Amino acid sequence: MIEVDIAVRRGAFAIEAAFAADAPIVALFGRSGAGKSTIVNAIAGTVRPERGRIAVDGRTLFDRARRVDVAPEARRVGYVFQDALLFPHMTVAANLAYGERLTPPADRFVDRGHVIALLDLTRLLERRPGTLSGGERQRVAIGRALLASPRLLLMDEPLASLDAPRKAEILAYIELLRDELRLPIVYVSHALEEVTRLADSMVLVADGRVAAQGSVADVLARPELQAHTGRFEAGAVVEARVARHDERYGLTVLAFDGGELVVPNVDSLPGEPVRARVRARDVSIALSRPTGISIQNVFAAEVVALDGEFGGIVDVRLRVGATPLVARITRKAAEELALAPGLKVHALVKAVSIDRRSVGFA
Amino acid sequence: MPAREELEIVLLSLKVASWGVAWSLPLAVATAFVLARRRFPGKTLFDAAVHLPLVLPPVVVGFALLVLFGRNGPLGRLLEPLGIVFAFRWTGAALAAAVMGFPLMVRAIRLAIDAVDPRLEIAARTLGAGAWRVFFTVTLPLAWPGLVTGALLGFARALGEFGATITFVSNIPGETQTLPLAIYTFTQSPGQDAQALHLSLLSVALSLGALALSEWLVRRERPAHAP
Repeated sequence: MIEVDIAVRRGAFAIEAAFAADAPIVALFGRSGAGKSTIVNAIAGTVRPERGRIAVDGRTLFDRARRVDVAPEARRVGYVFQDALLFPHMTVAANLAYGERLTPPADRFVDRGHVIALLDLTRLLERRPGTLSGGERQRVAIGRALLASPRLLLMDEPLASLDAPRKAEILAYIELLRDELRLPIVYVSHALEEVTRLADSMVLVADGRVAAQGSVADVLARPELQAHTGRFEAGAVVEARVARHDERYGLTVLAFDGGELVVPNVDSLPGEPVRARVRARDVSIALSRPTGISIQNVFAAEVVALDGEFGGIVDVRLRVGATPLVARITRKAAEELALAPGLKVHALVKAVSIDRRSVGFA
Repeated sequence: MPAREELEIVLLSLKVASWGVAWSLPLAVATAFVLARRRFPGKTLFDAAVHLPLVLPPVVVGFALLVLFGRNGPLGRLLEPLGIVFAFRWTGAALAAAVMGFPLMVRAIRLAIDAVDPRLEIAARTLGAGAWRVFFTVTLPLAWPGLVTGALLGFARALGEFGATITFVSNIPGETQTLPLAIYTFTQSPGQDAQALHLSLLSVALSLGALALSEWLVRRERPAHAP
């Protein structure tokens, strides 16, 4: 359980943030400069809020009114930075040992061998940070933070300085951490795909304020937040389970409340809960079930509402069973189809529009 | 001049310069850290005060030391009961050398600390290291080349110190007569040019030796890391 209610002043920029989350991974999501980093720095204790309170699992780390301000080194909060910030004058092994040595043996709950195996660090131990690739560096940084046996792990855009393949690699490691170590993580990102893939609950930060908080699916389904989540990325998150794999065609079938979603192969076991992000611009609408079409996913749906009717583009909110979906179409198309709330339609989603990066394990 | 006397002068110079550096280096490191990392009211003034010996005429610095640390100076009187006497002693020459070399050391070390990414220090804090441990395991090892350079500059300045020394502790053979003072003395007496030249060459050799030593210290693999 993470409770944050703080006010921080950074020059002319004021940040007021209050949120509470009880989830394995909480995402702080927002544009660059929205104040996300300042919030995690306050949790780490490297930025002192002007007022407020911060508590992790019932332990108060900061409380201005009660004059509590635990020093950063005593907070037991691990921090993984955007650029790994490994100590350049030490080997990887010494970097890993730095925080571990400073943790009293009684407080250590992370096993060194386990972390080294988990993050695949064995081959790197004798090397210097300067000789590592970006992805390797970030893995060492995660291992270093973990070996200090933190009660909470802060990750501030840990993938931002990596290229796409490295991103995918580190994402898989973070998923492993979440599932194996059961360590609460606050994950800062401005990439929606990372948030939907990793996080259970999210806090939307905009202009130094918390614009929304809640489960990832709920927050992303709210149309009024589109200005913050970005037009291009707008869409819905489908909570589903892996139904089966289609080995022959390399496809995975996800079952959700409302139907079955066919997506390109996802490494997973049948029955595993997953989240798939379906972008609004990848959803089309047909009045009758089309035939002779390449699109694999056709769902019977009902129009809930039409948003943004003044521009040339309309976001049509649909309901497929109990699952919300958003279709972004032109206003011309909406008028030609005479779309209105309550109308029964068919929602069309190309399977290939949902790639591996859009599917996360819940 | 007998070789024994020459050796005495060289040894005295080395002793004065070494003690001067040894005593002022920790203070220079602390001052450099404060200037590089902390913000406080009056910092500009403090910075200026640290650099004062660099811009003042050395004679003025020597005179100030004489007023402060002389037998009748306020600090001199305070320290005398503790057995610490500077006036007309080699310790006074070391103090003059330390004061004159101090700004050079601070400058070099401060530049090196400035070059250490402060976020590395934050990372160390979040890993459980207190401020002192962070300083000794992260900041100082990374600033090592600057520390060596600073020490060398201070040492070289101490070896060459003349004005402040002669004003503060006079020119007493065997006690305060360091190399520059001895050279000066020989140039002032007729027919002693050969000795002056000889000591000058020795002085050059010492300086080159110190330079080589510092190069070696910097290039040698940096002090590995905290255990």
